[in-house]
Amino acid sequence: MWNYSEKVMDHFRNPRNVGKIESPDGVGTVGSLACGDALTLMFKLDADGHIADVKFQTFGCASAIASSSALTEMVKGKTIAEAEKITNKDIANFLGGLPDQKMHCSVMGREALEVAIHNYRTGETVVKNLEDHIICTCFGVSENEIRRVVTENNLTTVDEVTNFCKAGGGCGMCRDDIQKLIDAIVSDRNAQPPVVAAPPQKKLSNLQKMKLVEEIVNREIRPQLKKDGGDIELLDIEGDRVVIAFRGMCAGCHSAAFTRQEFIQAKLREFVDPALTVVEQGE
Amino acid sequence: MNTIYFDNNATTCVAPEVRDAMIPFFNELYGNPSSMHAFGGQVARYVKEAREKIAAFINADPSEIVFTSCGTESDNMAIHGSAEVLGPQAKVITSRVEHPAVLGPCRRLKDMGFRVTELAVDSVGQIDLDALRGALKGGGPAIVSIMWANNETGVIFPMEKIAAIAKEAGAILHTDAVQVAGKIPIDVKKLPVDMLSISGHKLHAPKGVGIFYLRRGTRLKTFMLGGHQENGRRGGTENVPYIVGLGKAVELATANMATEGRELARLRDKLENGLLATCPDARVNGDRAHRLPNTSNMSFEYIEGEAILYHMSDLGICASTGSACAAGSLEPSHVIRAMGVPFTAVHGSVRFSLSRYNTEAEVNYVLEHMPKIVRKLRDLSPFGKGDTLPVEL
Repeated sequence: MWNYSEKVMDHFRNPRNVGKIESPDGVGTVGSLACGDALTLMFKLDADGHIADVKFQTFGCASAIASSSALTEMVKGKTIAEAEKITNKDIANFLGGLPDQKMHCSVMGREALEVAIHNYRTGETVVKNLEDHIICTCFGVSENEIRRVVTENNLTTVDEVTNFCKAGGGCGMCRDDIQKLIDAIVSDRNAQPPVVAAPPQKKLSNLQKMKLVEEIVNREIRPQLKKDGGDIELLDIEGDRVVIAFRGMCAGCHSAAFTRQEFIQAKLREFVDPALTVVEQGE
Repeated sequence: MNTIYFDNNATTCVAPEVRDAMIPFFNELYGNPSSMHAFGGQVARYVKEAREKIAAFINADPSEIVFTSCGTESDNMAIHGSAEVLGPQAKVITSRVEHPAVLGPCRRLKDMGFRVTELAVDSVGQIDLDALRGALKGGGPAIVSIMWANNETGVIFPMEKIAAIAKEAGAILHTDAVQVAGKIPIDVKKLPVDMLSISGHKLHAPKGVGIFYLRRGTRLKTFMLGGHQENGRRGGTENVPYIVGLGKAVELATANMATEGRELARLRDKLENGLLATCPDARVNGDRAHRLPNTSNMSFEYIEGEAILYHMSDLGICASTGSACAAGSLEPSHVIRAMGVPFTAVHGSVRFSLSRYNTEAEVNYVLEHMPKIVRKLRDLSPFGKGDTLPVEL
């Protein structure tokens, strides 16, 4: 059992500002079902440019729910300029602290707020940065995100970085890269040498690919199958291989193989990656 | 608030009969069984009795029973002890869904240069016997360590078939029987395993005592060096009160196993079927046809296990989850992942594990409150309705 503060438990048990807003001014979503937590934050401004209403929906553990709820209370009544200044530390402090391994919940809150503000300003649903590239492919964490948590929280070890933004917490292959990044930031702190930006990466990270496949299945594929009383379950994505299972009327249907190749695979190749192959479980 | 304890695969309540049997060995019969005075020496008789009860429990000879401190110690003893005998040319074969007490030592052997194979399981958590045959192909010294039943899903592996395959290939066979002990009968005369691990606290004895069965004639390098206790196989003064308690615990288990098993399965099925009926987007993880009678592992899609457990805990209900968050890691349960559970469901897994002390009223209470918890968290979740997921592009 985690040693959660009373305030964390209160916000978990009685989350404030849950739900959606009709025609919000800004919406931000971060995280995913695959990662184990996700947060959608939306707000509406009043005539003076203050945040008049704010709502959230969170999939995640007790501290993820509490961090989201706390964030909504913190931004209410603030201007965008004021809200923008909120750091993950502020969220953790508001809650009377979070366990080390749960600091990433506060970072998720700050990130969702950032995306929502970006959405308000530009209409885009994600903060794009071509100068950035993914360091941790398991959790889709970029160099800039790691730099940010290290700088804002004065982190010095890879384990701390994992606690704050999950990077390095999956397969562990990127732990050396994270250590190099920390070393660079620490020496920057002392010497302030010019930072060489890493080359942009156009390739989708595994996580981005999973999210995209998930969304295309839900938006483009599932509704069509459901019309015929069928359904599809997304089981796994290994590299370019998407493993599915048919459900409902699709299971055992004679034309299932045709549907898989000509419809599901075609859609995923069109919207996600031409290299994808779709196979049925057990193939 | 009453506690409803549905987490018996984690640990169990010490049976009152077990506790009562142990009490005299703290302040009255506290001597050392190895002592040369009658006060200590009389205690050896009780250790001997307990050893005989445990031997009878698994149909072994008392000389084949070694007392340890826990199941983890027994597993380590089996794997490291036989690896040392066979040497680094030995193959080590285990499964991907083992308890960390087996996976840990096997991975250490891998680091040391042993060829280690972790066998996959299918979508219901069943092991691939052809893969086991394949891994053993070519002969040569081999250690097979495969659990009898899984702690997270309750899935029972076909141990007779595994043993037949391992023995045909001339391999040494160890099984972690921690979850089956007291739930299904164990007979080492019928089942040709060489080593077997049991933990006391999973069958209503206290934490801190375990059993290591070592078939006569099996070679093993012991690693707990010290006194001559346990015939030189495990040094250290016997944990007399706990050993006596474990003797009582297996006696109770033997007497009640068949009737208890039927009742546990009835309650478990009532709980499971009830939750499947009242909670949409719920699923059972694991082979329902080959399972321990007390265990149910369910996933509630689109919500997260730690949050479910905290709400349950507020109502006095105790269970476990395979969610990453609850473990303090970022990766969900290796067992759930090895089964290829869809990622909409991996983080929302909950394990209910019952014992002889659970009642129908408790099952009814959980059935009444679980759907509300699931609904509350789904109302909070952006994926809650299972409709179009808000995913950034």
